[in-house]
Amino acid sequence: MSDNAVASASTSASEHDALAELTAPVPEVGDGGPEMVQLLTPEGQRVESTEYDHYVQDLTDDDLRGFYRDLVLIRRVDAEATALQRQGELGIWASLLGQEAAQVGSGRALRPQDYAFPTYREHGVAWCRGVNPLNLLGLFRGVNHGGWDPNEKNFHLYTIVIGAQTLHATGYAMGIQRDGDVGTGDKDRDAAVIAYFGDGASAQGDVNEAFVYAAVNNAPVVFFCQNNQWAISEPNERQTRIPLYQRARGFGFPGVRVDGNDVLAVYAVTQQALNAARSGNGPTFIEAYTYRMGAHTTSDDPTKYRVSAEVEVWKHRDPIERLKSYLVHQKKADQDFFDALDKEADELAATVREGCLSMPDPTGESMFDHVYVEPHPLVEQERREFVDYHAGFATEGEH
Amino acid sequence: MTPARAPSAPRREAAPAPETAVTTYREALREAHREALQRDPRVFLMGEDVGRYGGSFAVSLGLVEEFGEERIRDTPLSESAFTGAGIGAAIRGMRPIVEIMTVNFSLLALDQILNNAATLLHMSGGQLAVPLVIRMTTGGGRQLAAQHSHSLEGWYAHIPGLRVLAPATLEDARGMLWPALQDPDPVLIFEHGSLYGLKGSLPDPLPEVDIATAAVRRPGSDVTLVAYGGGLGKTLEAAELLAADGIEAEVIDLRVLRPLDDATLLGSLARTHRAVVVDEAWRSGSLAGEISARLAEKGFWDLDAPVERVCGAEVPLPYAAHLEQAALPQPETIAAAARRAVRGDGTGEDQGDGSGDG
Ligand SMILES: Cc1ncc(C[n+]2csc(CCOP(=O)(O)OP(=O)(O)O)c2C)c(N)n1
Ligand SMILES: [Mg+2]
Repeated sequence: MSDNAVASASTSASEHDALAELTAPVPEVGDGGPEMVQLLTPEGQRVESTEYDHYVQDLTDDDLRGFYRDLVLIRRVDAEATALQRQGELGIWASLLGQEAAQVGSGRALRPQDYAFPTYREHGVAWCRGVNPLNLLGLFRGVNHGGWDPNEKNFHLYTIVIGAQTLHATGYAMGIQRDGDVGTGDKDRDAAVIAYFGDGASAQGDVNEAFVYAAVNNAPVVFFCQNNQWAISEPNERQTRIPLYQRARGFGFPGVRVDGNDVLAVYAVTQQALNAARSGNGPTFIEAYTYRMGAHTTSDDPTKYRVSAEVEVWKHRDPIERLKSYLVHQKKADQDFFDALDKEADELAATVREGCLSMPDPTGESMFDHVYVEPHPLVEQERREFVDYHAGFATEGEH
Repeated sequence: MTPARAPSAPRREAAPAPETAVTTYREALREAHREALQRDPRVFLMGEDVGRYGGSFAVSLGLVEEFGEERIRDTPLSESAFTGAGIGAAIRGMRPIVEIMTVNFSLLALDQILNNAATLLHMSGGQLAVPLVIRMTTGGGRQLAAQHSHSLEGWYAHIPGLRVLAPATLEDARGMLWPALQDPDPVLIFEHGSLYGLKGSLPDPLPEVDIATAAVRRPGSDVTLVAYGGGLGKTLEAAELLAADGIEAEVIDLRVLRPLDDATLLGSLARTHRAVVVDEAWRSGSLAGEISARLAEKGFWDLDAPVERVCGAEVPLPYAAHLEQAALPQPETIAAAARRAVRGDGTGEDQGDGSGDG
């Protein structure tokens, strides 16, 4: 990630002025275009879709409230984590603010046997996979390496090197294929992989190579791109000249753009893609059209490169507000539900905060753990030297 | 810094020059870019977030406003693409500066750097030189975890066809870029992440800076401490600790990691007869190993003690701050190694050894 924020302190006044001038023109804020799949308008109106309605028609009111609960709780955890970082309790945090629906909609479309490969921002998917948010905080606090069992949660570790996980996902999917867990018609057996990545990552060689590889192998993998419009400070235009989902065609599999702030549409589109993968029809590219409402990470200050007018436009497309409007207008949730959820969110935040602050620091020696699966002579030698060196200080201290 | 000089003479501090305002390593780099962009229209900078954002470490902050988007170019997110395109532009006669966020991400461009940039001249029978400058951040200590923090410059120093620089001072940050751009071959510049905030002042007029020699940063007679980049400051601190014990350490700043300036290293060893090599990278197969081998090969009869190495722990660099610091060379561990070299016991208690008699 980057530590530009550290540098901004040294920005001179004239540089600030120059930057302010540069950021003056109001940008065109794309709305995803007519091909974007949407089932809920930003105002919370249900849009009919012959192609996708049947993926959501069986959702009960309970399910819908469940989606809403997911969105609210993960946003609350995210806000708490950002605050903890600001207070020096986490090294860094990459906020998912604004992308909750893209993550919860796709995360809820997964079956237990499916496997997800995240970037560093998929806290909402982690939540859907049953990963305790404290594990995520521990990772960014530097006290554990995630700590969830990827094989139990079917949720891989966070990947920082941009795009690498798309290849891992492809290989993992081919493993599923080789195990014969594709196209059996058994819904508890057929499995697929979902690989998350960003609009910036779409330019990376690894990602494009994963597309080729998945395509020629007909791998059961869904490439889920959250186009949040920005790759740190670089807008979409720096990565692509055509809508990203249209690239899929050139690789030989379907691509679809979905309103990433519409949890129902994301849920529908992802189900369709996962079904295709599980039944042996190969990869799909999903472009979830969304927006990074916050900074790239806590080390970043987005006001340096984007205008607030753009953020304002996207505020009106908020994923939580639109589901709330829908629930309220359709009388699928009452005030008691919202009040109880607010309370639950506050309690969760408090638990997360307390849990984070009470996580024990790892011992110094632990850096020598897990370099190899089996004990390794070189590592063990350095471990001994390390322990002896520090024991030396302890004895000196006793004098 | 001085241009090439007699290696055996440790350079004393020059008479204090009139100084310009206090600046930082980061600003010195930025000034170097500004100067290069002004002096040579063929020069341009490209990389991720180098435009409005000013670069991941804010080196290019303000340059896009001054020089425009044609010359300060935000690239698609692909290290291989912009490094490879830099090679093409260099062949076409441009003088590209490519910025890669961290040495870890340069691995996505390794094929372009090694199989292409470093090899084209030879494989074209001398017809295609690649005057490309690639800058990148290296090193740990900033809590950025094992995919942003390694010190892989030693790998690059392994590669024929490349020149590899590691500016550790403001003067070098300010002065190395221009001669690097004049070099007809590819030059890699490694900026240790801990240095960007380094404060100091630059002499006026700016001294000429060479990209060929090592420098003696502190003269001393008892032991030679060899360091570079982010290790220099810690090594100078170690020299202070040692001075308090009555051990006078000479500190060499490698400055140039390929080709290594053997003459300066061996000249120092001939005076001190003991050497400690400080290198944040992993010890096995490291640049520190290369330097130790040269000291043994060519300075064997000058050595009064085995060469010591202080390197990073051979683990993926930890993220937790206290573990990360423990995994890296520190002034105390450097000083302890120097004491071992001087006294053979590492206690720093016996003052009796005197100067080398090798
Ligand atoms: C190979 C590589 N190059 C550069 C980086 C630095 N970096 C971290 S995040 C990022 C931008 C990613 O943008 P995008 O793919 O759109 O994902 P987002 O952060 O918007 O979710 C960059 C350039 C990296 N982590 N890995
Ligand atoms: Mg993005």
